[in-house]
Amino acid sequence: MTTTRALGSTTGVEITFILIGLLTFGAAVLTVTVRNLVHAALWLVVALGGLAGCYLLLAAEFVAWVQVLIYVGAVAVLLLFGLMLTRAPIGRTTELDSGNRWAAAVVGLATAGVLVSVIGDAVRTTWFDPRQAVVNGTAKAVGTSLFRYWVLPFELLSVLLLAALVGAIVLSRRDVSDDVDAAEGTPRAQATEAEA
Amino acid sequence: MSALALIGPLTADATTPTNYENLSFFGRDPWWLILIKVVAVFAFLVVTVLMAILFERKIVGYMQQRIGPNRTGPWGLLQSLADGVKLMLKEDIIPTAADKLVFIIAPLIATIPAFLAIAVVPFGPANNQVSIFHHRTPLQLTDLPVAILYVLAATSIGIYGIVLAGWASGSTYPLLGALRSTAQMISYEIAMSLSFVAVFIYAGTMSTSGIVNSQHSWWNCLPLLPSFLIYVVSMVGETNRAPFDLPEAEGELVGGFHTEYSSIKFALFFLAEYINMVTVSSLAVLMFLGGWHAPFGLVSVWHGANSGWWPVLWYVIKLVLFMLFFFWLRATLPRLRYDQFMKLGWKVLIPASLVWLLAVAVVRTLKNEGDLNRSHLIYILGPVVAVLVVLWIVSELRYRQTSAVEKAEEAATAAKPFDPMDGGFPVPPLPGQTLPAFTPRRPRAALVGALVESAEASELEAGDPDV
Repeated sequence: MTTTRALGSTTGVEITFILIGLLTFGAAVLTVTVRNLVHAALWLVVALGGLAGCYLLLAAEFVAWVQVLIYVGAVAVLLLFGLMLTRAPIGRTTELDSGNRWAAAVVGLATAGVLVSVIGDAVRTTWFDPRQAVVNGTAKAVGTSLFRYWVLPFELLSVLLLAALVGAIVLSRRDVSDDVDAAEGTPRAQATEAEA
Repeated sequence: MSALALIGPLTADATTPTNYENLSFFGRDPWWLILIKVVAVFAFLVVTVLMAILFERKIVGYMQQRIGPNRTGPWGLLQSLADGVKLMLKEDIIPTAADKLVFIIAPLIATIPAFLAIAVVPFGPANNQVSIFHHRTPLQLTDLPVAILYVLAATSIGIYGIVLAGWASGSTYPLLGALRSTAQMISYEIAMSLSFVAVFIYAGTMSTSGIVNSQHSWWNCLPLLPSFLIYVVSMVGETNRAPFDLPEAEGELVGGFHTEYSSIKFALFFLAEYINMVTVSSLAVLMFLGGWHAPFGLVSVWHGANSGWWPVLWYVIKLVLFMLFFFWLRATLPRLRYDQFMKLGWKVLIPASLVWLLAVAVVRTLKNEGDLNRSHLIYILGPVVAVLVVLWIVSELRYRQTSAVEKAEEAATAAKPFDPMDGGFPVPPLPGQTLPAFTPRRPRAALVGALVESAEASELEAGDPDV
């Protein structure tokens, strides 16, 4: 599965991988530079879909379709939904540039640097042949490693998600205070009605 | 009910052949055979859609004691074709306020992913292959180890077509329709996926051919009856069909997300909706109704019922029955209100499928461990049933208490006379309220008397809105 190979001999899979990688990168850059809010969200969709394509080429079939299902099919749709509920004008928006965009760029570049150096260092001497690595990408293999070796991070993440869920409900629940207001308000309203 | 249904198939263990695990049946066809299969499934989908549109109009017509389309061709058979040609010849309008590029690609995004799902639908058994031009091949275009995830991913991309169409139209009603549609499809997709997860756990695979093959003794709709019911409800919500066709509620939203679309673009949305109907019906057939398996008992009478080309017939019969079910629903049920619909999705379907999923997972784990037989099942299911019964009684008692309070409130409100202009604008009466008796104002002409000439009186009426 892991053999060393000369970088010169490229195959069709590798060329496709590089092309899709470039597409993903381009879409990601457009996401943060384009002036139209909804178009930016659509470029984000393209970037997420491109990532799914990369996973597919690396023979991680399960992860690829889950990426499409969760990120393209749910997260980005919810993003668009939120945009349209608040404001999503057709045409350009001027006030999209954030004041702390340079800080954001620094953080983004630093994260990218860390990821590239760590992953590059980890697989510098190994070469994944997708045809041989299919067994690593099946639902069975992913499930086994997730629930046998990485079960603690998984559970921690699910607790985090649960906390986020509860937080969202608490934030959006206004009926408790509204009820109090309504309970206080009703007798007064009735009284004024009676006076009138 | 579910407890009884679970007991049976636990003993009848499906011995799956290894070929269904590594799917080595597939990927052996020469290129021309793949081409034939692609064209065949595409044609099957398009012809099914054309027929479905015609049959829907005919059957809904019969149900409403009308005749339905009968002018184009014998028995109106060419109606869908005529409609398609008519739509293509219509003027293609793009609104001035529209985002042009997105407006044009939205129908394509809605339609193209809809076609993808049919690629993994099995029309026949993979291990009992048919011969096409002396080449043995399974009656299925291809299969993946995660085929159902692929189908779900494809349908979830189709949502973009609707969202973008609504947004890009640059118009209010389409935007509202698109928002409703997105909320609806996302909510019901969760319930739908959860009902599938029960099937995955039960069948032990996510490939379509494997799931169908695992139903050779029992169709999944019996042991997994709750999942089946949840799926049937959520598939209607997912395809935006009546009684859940809120995105296209004519009375509220004109035409919904495709209000501004005309010509071939509108036809593409129409096509996508019907293809999605075929897709979810196919999924229902292959996940819960045994796919290409012959109807119950037929194999014991006739051993060849599941071989050769016969499975295609069984599959198509089941598919057509499901499509008829869609038409039947549309002709029978009125549309739900939006809040009722969301309540059904989030407060009934999703919690119910989560609890049911837990039960299925527990039974499957115990079965995998090998320490489960019928006597154990009584000890496990007994407390569960007892807890459920207690919960039911408690909720029933509480419901009765609250309903008594509500009844008192209702009586209090009913005691007040209904004023249609109470909120500042006229509203229709709710159930239990009655409109105050309507006394029409007498025409002013009568007050003035018979001396006024009729021509003058009509002029007066036309000019004065108060009369």
